[in-house]
Amino acid sequence: MPLKTKLSCRNVWKLYGANAERFLDRDMPPSGEDLRKAGIIGAVRNASIDIAEGEIFIIMGLSGSGKSTLVRCLSRLIEPTAGQVLFDGTDLLCANEAELIEIRRHKMGMVFQHFALLPHLTVLQNVMFPLTIQGVAKSQAAESALEVVELVGLKGREAYYPRELSGGQQQRVGIARSLVTEPDLWFLDEPFSALDPLIRREMQDEFLRLQARLHKTIVFITHDFEEAVRLADRIAIMKDGEIIQVATPEELVLNPASDYVAEFTRHIPRSKVLSVGGIMSAELTGEGDPIPQVTRISAVAEEIISADSPRPVCDGDGRIIGSIGRNAVAHVLFGSGEAS
Amino acid sequence: MRSIARFQTAMAWGLILATLLLGWFGRDLAKALDARWLVKFPSAWVIHFKTKISAAMKWLVEEAAIGPVAFTDITRALAWLIEQPYELVLAFLAHGFFLDSGADPLVILPAISWIAVTAGVIALGHYCRDWGLALLVGACCIYLAVFGQWESAMVTLASVLIAVPIGAGGGLMAGIWAYRHPLGERILSPILDLMQTIPIFAYLVPILFMFGFGPVSALVATIIYATPPMIRITILALKAVDPEILDFGRMAGTTERQLMWRVLVPSASQSLMVGVNQVIMLTLNMVIIASMIGAGGLGFDVLAALRRLDIGAGFEAGIAIVVLAIAVDRLSQAFAERMGQIQHVQPGSWLARHKRTALVTTLLAVTWVLGQFSPLLLTYPESQTITTGVFWNDTVKYLNVNYFDLFEAVKVFFLHWFLLPIKKVLLGLPWPWAIAMLSLLGWRIGGAKLALLCAALSTLILISGLWSKAMITVYLCGASVILATLIGVPLGVLAALNRRAGAVVNLLIDTLQTLPSFVYLIPVVMLFRVGDFTAMIAIVLYALAPAVRYAAHGVRNINEELIEAGLVSGCTKWQLLRLVRLPLALPEILLGINQTIMLALSMLVITALVGTRDLGQEVYIALTKADTGRGLVAGLAIAFVAIIADRLIKAGARGARLRFGLES
Repeated sequence: MPLKTKLSCRNVWKLYGANAERFLDRDMPPSGEDLRKAGIIGAVRNASIDIAEGEIFIIMGLSGSGKSTLVRCLSRLIEPTAGQVLFDGTDLLCANEAELIEIRRHKMGMVFQHFALLPHLTVLQNVMFPLTIQGVAKSQAAESALEVVELVGLKGREAYYPRELSGGQQQRVGIARSLVTEPDLWFLDEPFSALDPLIRREMQDEFLRLQARLHKTIVFITHDFEEAVRLADRIAIMKDGEIIQVATPEELVLNPASDYVAEFTRHIPRSKVLSVGGIMSAELTGEGDPIPQVTRISAVAEEIISADSPRPVCDGDGRIIGSIGRNAVAHVLFGSGEAS
Repeated sequence: MRSIARFQTAMAWGLILATLLLGWFGRDLAKALDARWLVKFPSAWVIHFKTKISAAMKWLVEEAAIGPVAFTDITRALAWLIEQPYELVLAFLAHGFFLDSGADPLVILPAISWIAVTAGVIALGHYCRDWGLALLVGACCIYLAVFGQWESAMVTLASVLIAVPIGAGGGLMAGIWAYRHPLGERILSPILDLMQTIPIFAYLVPILFMFGFGPVSALVATIIYATPPMIRITILALKAVDPEILDFGRMAGTTERQLMWRVLVPSASQSLMVGVNQVIMLTLNMVIIASMIGAGGLGFDVLAALRRLDIGAGFEAGIAIVVLAIAVDRLSQAFAERMGQIQHVQPGSWLARHKRTALVTTLLAVTWVLGQFSPLLLTYPESQTITTGVFWNDTVKYLNVNYFDLFEAVKVFFLHWFLLPIKKVLLGLPWPWAIAMLSLLGWRIGGAKLALLCAALSTLILISGLWSKAMITVYLCGASVILATLIGVPLGVLAALNRRAGAVVNLLIDTLQTLPSFVYLIPVVMLFRVGDFTAMIAIVLYALAPAVRYAAHGVRNINEELIEAGLVSGCTKWQLLRLVRLPLALPEILLGINQTIMLALSMLVITALVGTRDLGQEVYIALTKADTGRGLVAGLAIAFVAIIADRLIKAGARGARLRFGLES
């Protein structure tokens, strides 16, 4: 089923430096070499992506790769130098000040790396803030805020101030605040990077739980490839302002577009990314119950390896489409990392 | 390479020697060559900026108008706007409310009782922090009452209560404007720079001219003096707000106004309160100076005592200003802290939550009602006041009678061996040589731009006919700064290296800094009478603090690893200080000296009261004659001297930092 595109950007550029606009007027888009010579910094270069409704789209890149700039171009916190940002089919860059405020008030939410909570407000007041500036009545705003506070598991701490909470709890407030207006589009800018590893894991689970309930369209920024693989439907990898590859985690591991991408995928436990369908052989043999092709290897590895003969693999409708044996699984688990 | 460096050093020493010799024999040389214009700029060449400015001011006040609205209408309206709340607060705190202003006016409501004020202040202290603060500020109030300073203190407090909100609010608005519009900042920042270097007196004159003698003029001057730091701090504080908070505000869909007032300003409130505190302290600094153009209260008491040379009374009123400053400063700081703290709303009725407010309000009402029958409840009885004035007067008299010869010997020694030689060299220096040397220095330290600035500013001083007065300024200020550096830097180094000495030095410096500048003059005048030496001592005392502070800071902040490197190389303590600590602290020490120079220059106008003959005196005379042009030109000349010194030293400090790799 083709999904409806919620947000897309076409040939978005963000250049810093004197006369940066003029640089884009030529027929050919400038190369990195051209920009360097002119002393212009290309924070985002010719980025085009389509994000489907209800999808978790992750933009992954190391620091300085332009991922934060790109997400700020998508939300128009930064004015792109050139290009189009289509939100529900209309160009966000053409919206005037009042329209933009209206869109942000009702259709967008954002979570920040360092939480960006207002220090002088309590948890409840922080969560209510987006509603109060819209002029929603106080009692009604408090009611909506209480609901999301409960949703993120902070019930009972409404009267606390941000300083009194741990990092993880503060980010829960940040998440609650970004959800209180029931936005369609949810931006998360490295939301878990400032947290301890254990808390980060817990928050990732929490995030997946929330998404299973809310089905938002999500643009998620991270520099952590493991996090990206764990959460993403699709990942865009950025380097030096350019998007190098857009693919599902499995495709990235199986067919990295460049050595740079392959370098990221090398240290990822492949069994957790690859699905049965991705490495099965086309032979329609095998014994025992068929395994659905979308199953992750890690979930069935033990069964397959301990079995004497290959198992059949079926598609979504239960048709047998191939088989998987212990050699293929062993290669995924213990192989050197090169795609087979 | 080596020989070039050696040649440059020799050259520099040669030039310094030549300058000294030229200065010393300058007058004789000019006489011998029959070229007096070399040392004394011919009056025919002077451009009379001051008469032009005076004429412009006169036109502004008498004729200028925008359509039907005359300039004076605007100043009058402003004055009215400031006067109304001031009169109200003044009546409330000090004079009481009257029905008509005849010879025997009918009192409707007397001023608020001293008991109620003291109770209110104690309650506020307790609310903001604890009983310790409550006791301190309560004691300050009782001191003011017992030493008979109550009414003057309330008059001063009234002007603080008006000037601070206007200064802080105006500063906040200007800062916000500059934050929002880059152009605003580009306009404001040079103005702020200039305002920090022009002595306050220079703009007292035009204010006096526009608003007349009286409390409103004093308030306007105070506000102008106290606002710039608030503007700077506002800009800095808003810029320092986490960019994520700014992004959040935008993403929440705030309008520009909501973004500023509901996101940025609250997030920056901690830093903004520092600015408010600055405004309060500067307002209190200005109390005495403002009394020269019509403010009453404690400042007027000090000034009047100074003019009578009544050390006892002046000292008491001076201490009362300090006491008031301490109380207001501690209270405002504690209040800011309290606002930044977490406050969970306590359950209970209004009365249970506002015990202190209820108590103070009740006390206020009771003292007002019962005060009709017993005046003791309203004003502290005069018969019960104590004064230490007699004690101070007697002490000074005793010292003068018994140690006159000693004081005289010290004074003569300094004059003969230190002050007069410097004065002779500076006054004898031919001005073409002086300007050339100054430009050369600027070129060596900071390149062509700085050289041009030095040349232009010194030439402006020259052609406005103020050269010799400027040289006396440089002499007085330079001698004081040399002395302050010789005393201050070793003290600072000592404070940094020895904890116990540090505590003592810190206490000394803190005390020196809270005393209003005028207070230094009184005892010095009593012991050494008027003259340059007296002025120098007062300037040294006033300007000492930054030399000590920066030196201590510089020595303390040296990278620990460098000290360890010195230690393992086998440095003795003395070598460590001479070879590692002092050279690395040099940039900081230079900045401290820079601050010392700025303070010394701002003190010059005050020392004009003891009969110096420099630019400060020029400003002071202009003030007494309300001669706007003369005051502004002399004030600008002081500012130019300050700017030249400031730029040269800052460039030097930067050069040192670059050499040490502390900055790139």
